[in-house]
Amino acid sequence: MRDGNLLEVRGLGKRYGAGCPDCASTTGPDFSTNACPRCGTVAALHDASFDLREGEILGIVGESGSGKSTLIQCLYFDVKPSQGTVRMAGEADGQDLLELPRAHQRRLRACRMGMVYQNPLRGLRMDITSGANVAEKLLEAGTFHFRRIRDRTAELLDGTEIPARYMDVPPRSLSGGMQQRIQIAKALANNPPLVLLDEVTSGLDVSVQARVLDLIRELQRELRISMVVVSHDMGVIRLLADRTLVMKNGRVVESGLTDQILEDPRHPYSQLLVHSTL
Amino acid sequence: MIRVEALTKTFHLHVRGGTRIEAFHDVSFRVSAGQFLGVSGPSGSGKSSLLKCLYRTYVPTQGAMWYTDAAGHSRDLAAEDEHAILDLRRREIGYVSQFFPVIPRVSALDTLANGMVGRGFTRLESQARARDLLSRLRIPRPLWDLFPSTFSGGEKQRLNIIHAVISRPRLLLLDEPTASLDTAAAKEAVSLIEELKRDGTAMIGVFHDAALLSRLSDELVEMNR
Repeated sequence: MRDGNLLEVRGLGKRYGAGCPDCASTTGPDFSTNACPRCGTVAALHDASFDLREGEILGIVGESGSGKSTLIQCLYFDVKPSQGTVRMAGEADGQDLLELPRAHQRRLRACRMGMVYQNPLRGLRMDITSGANVAEKLLEAGTFHFRRIRDRTAELLDGTEIPARYMDVPPRSLSGGMQQRIQIAKALANNPPLVLLDEVTSGLDVSVQARVLDLIRELQRELRISMVVVSHDMGVIRLLADRTLVMKNGRVVESGLTDQILEDPRHPYSQLLVHSTL
Repeated sequence: MIRVEALTKTFHLHVRGGTRIEAFHDVSFRVSAGQFLGVSGPSGSGKSSLLKCLYRTYVPTQGAMWYTDAAGHSRDLAAEDEHAILDLRRREIGYVSQFFPVIPRVSALDTLANGMVGRGFTRLESQARARDLLSRLRIPRPLWDLFPSTFSGGEKQRLNIIHAVISRPRLLLLDEPTASLDTAAAKEAVSLIEELKRDGTAMIGVFHDAALLSRLSDELVEMNR
């Protein structure tokens, strides 16, 4: 792996369906679809490649169905990719993570990755306390000492500005903004080098959105965590990301420095996206 | 320090039926350490676009931008990958745009200091230098801890200048840095620029004020529409 890279993703793809030889040449932005007209297979993600540096925030933008969420769910082992490789610095001697046994992937996910889902229902268990949600992640990584778990959970909730009294309240009784923060606290629980954020601010009102974004910026600056931030909101990307990938119909159509994507987008779809939002 | 060869930028506007707009064509020049290259020309002649290409906010269509980095390596900024450009921006290349990129809800002092912290200085050192520059450019003390989004145009512009010079870049790109400043602040800004120049920073600058431009410039390049 290249020095300074945390993650190297090559040719990552996810297909739903049997696939046929024509799938790759009949889907994508040029055809405005990710469904193969011949066999009906959906190429949700095709041939995505990128590097993620240590401490870097990579933005991913694109419309619904462009493959953004599929991409990060592949990285988090939520979705099993159909092709491609993912390597992570300091993990499995630079071997492809997708080839690792399931138990190893689970451990990796528990100890070295965090995920914040768009829908808190996916990332949290609504019926147990907020503290227990965070503690669960610590348990997954092998921390069993009760006192240590309790202290670390309190510290995380404090760091994500969740009042201590909410520790014993289940997320279902809390607001959307608080639920997202609990997800963030959970994602950070084991000091992972990589955090994946899927539309973390959508559905939140503006002032809550701002505070969640500030929190992410601050955590990134203080802890130097690498992040992949998926959003359809160019404002979020502008604020957070150093570099950005633009996706459409399952493909990466352009990648560049965030200011370049915003000021000099070159792919027709990137231009449309930028001109629609500004 | 930097040698630009036959640089051309053309925008291809797909959303406008594939229209091509040429920002500038076949521009060449070189700038050495401690030299100031002034860029002049009428509005729309591509002066800002040229600076944006050098900073890689725009991707040049043709040509090369050979930059000799601090380690002595010659690198074509037009072809370097994004990570390399980000590193150079952090360590070596500063840019004062016409508009200050305000980061919401971060105080003026922290906005400036964070840039230096990102280069490996301690927070204390960074804040000390930020305070020094804020007072030099006459930003009233009560504003230091406020959010720049509430500042006037001239105050933002001064922050913008400080933001670019605080980490003493080797190459500084200046796009109308004094346009919205009053005479006293403009004078201080110019003296800051001259100070950096004496310390060896290579500069490429666009100034509205022709007299100031010719005073600062060692050489001039004239852009035409």
